[in-house]
Formats: sequence, structure tokens, C-alpha cells
Amino acid sequence: MSTNVKKKEQQTSEEPKQLSGSSMLIEALAKEGVDVIFGYPGGAILPTYDEIYKTGIHHVLARHEQGAIHAAEGYARVSGKPGVCIVTSGPGATNVVTGIADAMIDSLPLVVITGQVATTVIGTDAFQEADMIGITMPITKHNYQVRSVEEFPRIIKEAFHIATTGRPGPVLIDLPKDVSLATGMFDYSKEVNIPGYQPTIVPNRLQIRKVVEAVTEAKKPVILAGAGVLHGKASSELFEYVEKMQIPVVNTLLGLGSFPGDHELCLGMAGMHGTYTANMAIYESDLLISIGARFDDRLTGNLAHFAPNARVVHIDIDPAEIGKNIKTEIPVVGDAKEAIRMLLDEEGKPGDTKEWLDTQKERKSEYPLWYKEDGEVIKPQNLIELIHEVTNGEAIVTTDVGQHQMWSAQFYRFNKPNRWVTSGGLGTMGFGFPAAIGAQFAEPETPVIAVIGDAGFQMTAQEMSILQELNMPVKIVIVNNASLGMVRQWQQLFHGERYSNSLFPIQPNFVKLAEAYDIKGMKIEQLSDLKGALEEMIAHPGPVLLDVRVAKEENVYPMIAPGKGQHQMEGVKPQ
Amino acid sequence: MKRTITALVNNTSGVLNRITGLFARRHYNIESITVGVTENPSISRMTFVVAADSMENVEQVIKQLNKQVDVLKVKDITDESIVARELALVKIVATPQQRGEVAALVNPFRATIIDVGRESMTIQITGDHTKVEAFIDLLRPYGIKEIARTGITAFNRSTKKPTHDPYRLTLIN
Repeated sequence: MSTNVKKKEQQTSEEPKQLSGSSMLIEALAKEGVDVIFGYPGGAILPTYDEIYKTGIHHVLARHEQGAIHAAEGYARVSGKPGVCIVTSGPGATNVVTGIADAMIDSLPLVVITGQVATTVIGTDAFQEADMIGITMPITKHNYQVRSVEEFPRIIKEAFHIATTGRPGPVLIDLPKDVSLATGMFDYSKEVNIPGYQPTIVPNRLQIRKVVEAVTEAKKPVILAGAGVLHGKASSELFEYVEKMQIPVVNTLLGLGSFPGDHELCLGMAGMHGTYTANMAIYESDLLISIGARFDDRLTGNLAHFAPNARVVHIDIDPAEIGKNIKTEIPVVGDAKEAIRMLLDEEGKPGDTKEWLDTQKERKSEYPLWYKEDGEVIKPQNLIELIHEVTNGEAIVTTDVGQHQMWSAQFYRFNKPNRWVTSGGLGTMGFGFPAAIGAQFAEPETPVIAVIGDAGFQMTAQEMSILQELNMPVKIVIVNNASLGMVRQWQQLFHGERYSNSLFPIQPNFVKLAEAYDIKGMKIEQLSDLKGALEEMIAHPGPVLLDVRVAKEENVYPMIAPGKGQHQMEGVKPQ
Repeated sequence: MKRTITALVNNTSGVLNRITGLFARRHYNIESITVGVTENPSISRMTFVVAADSMENVEQVIKQLNKQVDVLKVKDITDESIVARELALVKIVATPQQRGEVAALVNPFRATIIDVGRESMTIQITGDHTKVEAFIDLLRPYGIKEIARTGITAFNRSTKKPTHDPYRLTLIN
């Protein structure tokens, strides 16, 4: 399909020309290098779908708009390019709201085009009208309603610019039907000029020098690497800096893969279900260097106990994140890659950290992540380790939210950037499977495994249609504990074992469900069958659904209970 | 604490909604808000008075405002040398016998009587917040029927003088 797009680009002359709104959109998408659109048609967006039909631009038809937007997110996360999603007005548009909010909080670049009723009837509660500008104002980086066809090319160009620069995020364009039918001059050559949007990319050198000094003075430094390192494509710079300065690295959930998980200086993920070593390193540190992380409450635990003795350096492209949750001594506003490069240029010296590094090494061997094997019952942690083994740790892993997400984060040991696609900030069930489809479009040659809970899978299972239609080799692994695992865990620990609406004794036959979509389905109940089944799944050229029955009452540990500080982790060792 | 913040924003529809929505969802409290077009018709000036718990909180408000694509410039001008004005319309109970007395109050404040009814008077007052407050306080004994107030609108003075000018004796600010 990419060849189609290229052909289109060649045909496109730079001369301004008369075009309809809908052809402007398709032309502009081609010029932006968009090679796949995820969407679903409907009344108000019909003129655009007519253009899609005529031009043959690559469009992937989801079976629910939520599937389309999560696929666009997965594509954006893995490719680093903006995900594009086109849906109709009203219900089509409101169905993408969850995905937009998810992309906003996890900083994923999306351009979402929603159809809208004609400008002549906007505000009259017309058929399939919903105020998408009002609805998405708090959950988009910016949004536009196209009032006239003349301003449409400028809006599309600005939308791509805003979505992909600075801190990435979703931008919504609300396109009234009459505007998409009207004709106007299409000129895409003008440079973007948005006076109110000038993100700071290059940090202030004086601030960088302060960081260098702080590092030299520090005896217990630690780096907290977040998703900003991935968005800024700064993994190799981070690696170089860490090797040079010998500072241990802790990852946020979304930052996994920004630094190799197997590296001796990697202490693993911090936060509610992070490693004891990582949480204690932050707790005891005298210098915390956060790069592209936003101190989410699931990371910090009780703020009163978060890094109580540390001087805090906060490097972030979004100045509003600095000082929002944590008092910062040295703020650095700028792109992660630029900032780390500048740190490398400064030729700073590490402080006296030998004792600190020894402590980390001891802790890592003393407090590894653990689980207890249980005969023939499959432990979910073991499942994730085996997935790592059969994919050589090279697969792209996507998840929803909950226990299976935490086990994947803990046990897959991500060594490379952009191999981990998860709903972090919003914690969206139903995200992981369609996101896997988007990820597979971004990297057709890489194995993509959607590790999904039995509950979350049922929220977007209909997207198996895409796999069936395109014979996409996405592998679905259902971590099936017949419950809403994390909810069940919290009910067990904090609600007196009253399992309110969290147990799913009655389930669909997932194998048959897969087979209904012509997808190979397998059910595994015995540990002895598991590895073979996983190998068979990976070897199969098409899509596979693997329903893995795991221990039903397994809990995620270690854990910082709600309200507790990061030094108060429970379950750090096998009981 | 109360802080006065001005923002230059694009004069397009929906901008006010963006800004007030931001305040609401981040739990910042707006005491007053004034919006009007500037010398450049494509740009509006918004002046907010916000109640904040701490300076960190004010800083967050400003940063969040700055993140809005339609916001061009944001400034906390509370501690700067500024010209700030607000307007209030006050309708009070006033018998024909009291009219002269009220007129005597109106004069030193450079307020104006803009409407007189059989048993009421409406007075317009402009000035900074303290002056308007002081004036309304003086009118209170007559019995206030209605008050309508704008928020403050403000910008920096041309010459940077200290905020508290000891020689400024006049009531008319």
C-alpha cells in the first residue's frame, strides 16, 4: 500500500489547485506520509469515504470505532509516527473518546478526524450530532472545527504539527459534511505558524551545568527513565550516558525498554508493582534525575515518602509537568535527546558512588521478582517468562490494564525501545488487542503478541475481523483467570474478600470464538503443554488465539498498598 | 491568596470555554474573569483573579494556560506596577430626601448617578478593587437592592513605579 501513497505523492503538484474538502484531506494525508488510516464510515463522513474509495489510500476497517482508535494508538506507539483515525459524527465520534483520552495521558501522537453535521444545522441537535469540540477539549492537545473549506489545509497541517512536536498528543479535527463537499483552493506549501505553540526543544545550558554539578556531588544518584525517552528517541543517548556516569536506572511502566532491562545498572520498574530495588533506590537516593516521566501516583505512592532525601532534577519537554507533583530543584525544559546529548557534552564526572552501586547489586540479587510454581497449574508469571523465551525477547507485547499488564511489565524484561505497548495513564481495558493490530501495521516483520486478560479481551474482541480479513499474524494470549484479576485482588486485600462482580465463572468458549473468525484457537490448561503451544503459536504464519488457563487466585507482588510509601512494599520475598 | 493573571488569547470562538474548562477541571477557583478585544482585533485580553492555596498552584495555572494553543501570553501581574480597574453598578434604596446625601458620596469617588427612581438610585463606580469595595460599603446603610460587577481588567503601567506609592493620596485611582 505504501507504493500507492508514493505514486500519489508524485502526482501531487506543489501548485495550489481547486479541490473539495474531502480530497484536500486525502491529498494532505498523502503529503504527511500517512500510510495507513484506521476508521469506520458513516453518514457525515461519507464524502471522505468516497475519496478513500477513489484514491485507494490504505484504510483499515475496524468493527467498532474504539478498535480503530486503539489500533491508531498502537501504530503511533511503535512507529513514532502519528496514528490517523477517521470516524463519523455523533456515535462514531463519541466511540473514540476513550482512545483519545488514553492517547492524551500517554502522550501518543494522533490525528483524529470526526465527521460532523453540516454547518447549517450545527447546534440544532441534528441527526447524529454531538459536540465533539466541547467533549474532547479536555482530552486533546488541541482540536479544530473546520468552519470553511479555505482554512482546511492549514488546519490539517497544524494538526499534524501539533500532534507530533513537543510533547506528542492527540489532535481532533471536526469536519462538517458541507465543508467536506465544498470546493476551495488547496495549498499545502505554507509553513506552519502558530504563535501560541512554540515548544522548547533545546534546554538551557545553565540548567544542564547545574545537573552536571549535582551528579558530581551525588553519592546516591538514580535516573528515572520514562516514556519521554522513547518519544524523544533518546535510548541510545541514555545508554551512553549511563555507561559513562555509572548511574543506576529505574523505569516507569511506560518507560520500559528505554534502557535495556538486562543491563546490570537497570533496577527495573518502580511504582506500585515495581521491584523492591527500584523503589528503594528512589527512596534512598540523594539525587533523582527524572527524564520524561510525570510522577504518576501509581509510581510515587504516598508523596510524603517519595524520594524524601533527594535533590530532584526533572527533565521534561512539558514545563507543566515540572513541579506538578514533586518539588523540583533543577528543572530542565527540553527534549530528552537534546538534554542527554548536552549532558554528555559537558564532560561531567560521576561522584563517589561505589557503595551505592554495591547496594543496588546486592538488592537485585537479594530481592528478585518472584512467584511460586505450583505443579501443573500455570502461573501467569511463568507464562510471560515463557513468552519471552519463545520470542527471544524480541516481540512487541501489548496489554490492557491490570494483573496481566503488571506481570508482563515485570517478567518480559524489555531490552529494546518501542516493544512495549500498554495503556498506562488511563488504564483502558480493551486497548491491548486492537493496539496490537496497529503495532503489526507499524512493524509487519516483528512478532506481535497481545497479552490480554479474559475480561478485557471481551471489550474489543470483534476486531478479530481485521485479522481474519487481512490474515494478520497477531497472536492473542489470553491470561485467563476467569476474573477481573486486579479488581479481584483489591477486593481480596481491601474489601474483605467480597468479590463484587469481578468473578466470571461463565465465559464464552474463546477457542470457538476465534474459530468463528477463522482464527486458529487453542486452549491450554496444563503447564506441561504450555511451552509447546507457545512455540506452535509463534510458528503459525497466521493469527492465533491462545486461551491459557492460569492460577485463578494469583496476586501481583510486590505491592505498595494504596496510601503507603514506596519503602513500605509488601510481598518483596516469597512468603 | 488572590492573584491577578492576564492572558492574551486568540479571539476565536470557544477560547473562553477552553480556558474556563481548564480552570474547572484542575480545580482552580476563578473569582472574576474579564474578556475583551485588544488593539489587535484578532487577539483578546483575559484578566482573571484567581484564589490559590500557594504560589506553586499559581505557577501550575500559568503553565496549564500556556499549554493551550490559543493562549499567546500569560502573566501574573499581581506584584507588578499595574493599572487595574473594575466597574460596579449599585442600585440602592433612596428616598427623594436622601438623594442629595447620596450625591455627596458619589462626588469624591468620581462615581456617577445613572438612574433615579421614586425610591431608588443606581450608581456607577469604576476604580480598583479596594475603591469599589469601599464605596459599596458606604452605600450599604441605605439598603442595597442590586449589585452588578465586572471583574477587573488590567495591564502594566508605562513607567515602572513601585506598587505602593506613598505620595498617592487621592481616592481616585
